[in-house]
Amino acid sequence: MPQDEHREGIGGMINPTRYGIERVAYLLMRLSGLGLLAYFVAHIYETSNILRGQVGWNEFLELTQTTGGHIFLAIVIAMCVFHTVNGIRVMLGHGGVGVGKPARPDYPYDPASQNYRHKIGIYSSIVLAAVATMYGLAVMFGE
Amino acid sequence: MRESTIMKIHYGTALAAVALVAVHILMRLTQGFAESLEYESVLANYKFIPYAIMLELILILLAVHGFNGLRVILIELKQGRIYEKAVSYGCLAAMIGLIAYGSRTIIMTNMGLV
Amino acid sequence: MAQVSSISNEQSPTAKSITLKILRYNPKHDESSQFMEFDVQYEKWTTVLDVILDVKKYFDHSVAVRYSCRQATCGSCGMIINGKPKLACFTKISELNSNVVTVEPMKNFPVIRDLAVKFEKLFDSHQKIKPYLIRDDTELVSDEKEFLQTPKEVEQYIQFANCIKCGLCNSACPTMATDSSFVGPQALAQAYRYVADSRDKGKDSRLKMIDDSHGIWRCHFAGSCSQVCPKGVDPAMGIQLLRGYMLGFSS
Repeated sequence: MPQDEHREGIGGMINPTRYGIERVAYLLMRLSGLGLLAYFVAHIYETSNILRGQVGWNEFLELTQTTGGHIFLAIVIAMCVFHTVNGIRVMLGHGGVGVGKPARPDYPYDPASQNYRHKIGIYSSIVLAAVATMYGLAVMFGE
Repeated sequence: MRESTIMKIHYGTALAAVALVAVHILMRLTQGFAESLEYESVLANYKFIPYAIMLELILILLAVHGFNGLRVILIELKQGRIYEKAVSYGCLAAMIGLIAYGSRTIIMTNMGLV
Repeated sequence: MAQVSSISNEQSPTAKSITLKILRYNPKHDESSQFMEFDVQYEKWTTVLDVILDVKKYFDHSVAVRYSCRQATCGSCGMIINGKPKLACFTKISELNSNVVTVEPMKNFPVIRDLAVKFEKLFDSHQKIKPYLIRDDTELVSDEKEFLQTPKEVEQYIQFANCIKCGLCNSACPTMATDSSFVGPQALAQAYRYVADSRDKGKDSRLKMIDDSHGIWRCHFAGSCSQVCPKGVDPAMGIQLLRGYMLGFSS
């Protein structure tokens, strides 16, 4: 990137501290998306071990049936639930649903698109991700 | 392909994948998590044709959605005609490769070639 | 970091003082930017632009800043104030609640010098979306009346017509932070302004123009643009409503 463009760069893009929960959701959506893609590729490789027969399958299964494996899976559950719920919110927003209606703005100009519906959506996706993670941990460590 | 068409596919694959992945996870939970991962149980899943078809659909949907998401992130990070073409074709190739690799597992296991 | 102390000798009894840090950089001969500090006086009504002009008047006349109307109308004095894009003429020192005020040039715009940035790309993108009414009957004939609109029709776009092209939205946008080809929230909001105007017939050509790999689809609804807009334009809303047309949610 040319120096004279004076772009904020990746540091500015991922900085979640300045513009409220919406920017945090933006960052988490990206990170969870990348994390889930990495998990998906690994999962496809992991399940291909079934072609090695029972011995191959069990060998690989042993790797995942550990405390570390369970915690890793719990993180995947959190990413999956957050990405799904927040993704549905974002998708509705992209269609113009729940972003408010155009109107003459009055000072101090609170933007209608940054409304409580979307904030509730973001907080719900975080809470649901936490709940699903705890349920997942209970299932994995309970057995 | 127009960007709007690509993004409509992105949204469509997301919604369809949510529904199918939910079924996939529920299958693990209804059978008991640890038991459902045992070799015989997984083999039986693969050999059950409707389930194998569902796995294939999930594979396609998530590969399309995931690699398009990666393409979007990468073309926003850096610009340039050659770089963007490389990203687009690279993601397409990775998507096709992953679908082919996953399909091989599903088809061979389903046909009992294990 | 250069340090310059206050020289003010006629102090008002209500005046307080702060440290103003200005990021200095001249791309023609500076290798890197550096902050210069000034101790300045302010009253409760003093704006950031006022103290920058005080610095120019009393300390260092070479500080480069662009300004004109001093009433948030011309859109010239956008800059990063304590980390966020704001208009310097519209931001009072007293509302910043800080003894140190840091001013930097807007991000995602090439720097001319110090606090002045180039607006060419912003204006180019704005021009690209055809910011005027498109009709077949552009020329009015003598016996024709003006295009009448109901108040409801006006409400559809009037909010977006408030844009003063200050560039704060582009500076706050996370996509603009890395994507130099992105059309930007300012131009996209203006595309909506004309698409939503009942007098305009150029919807298809505008939607086609923004439907590319660095067009409207690179907006991810982070909403930072709307949070920094000093005129209540709410670009994020306009962009999502515009995308609603493309996804078939609106007709």
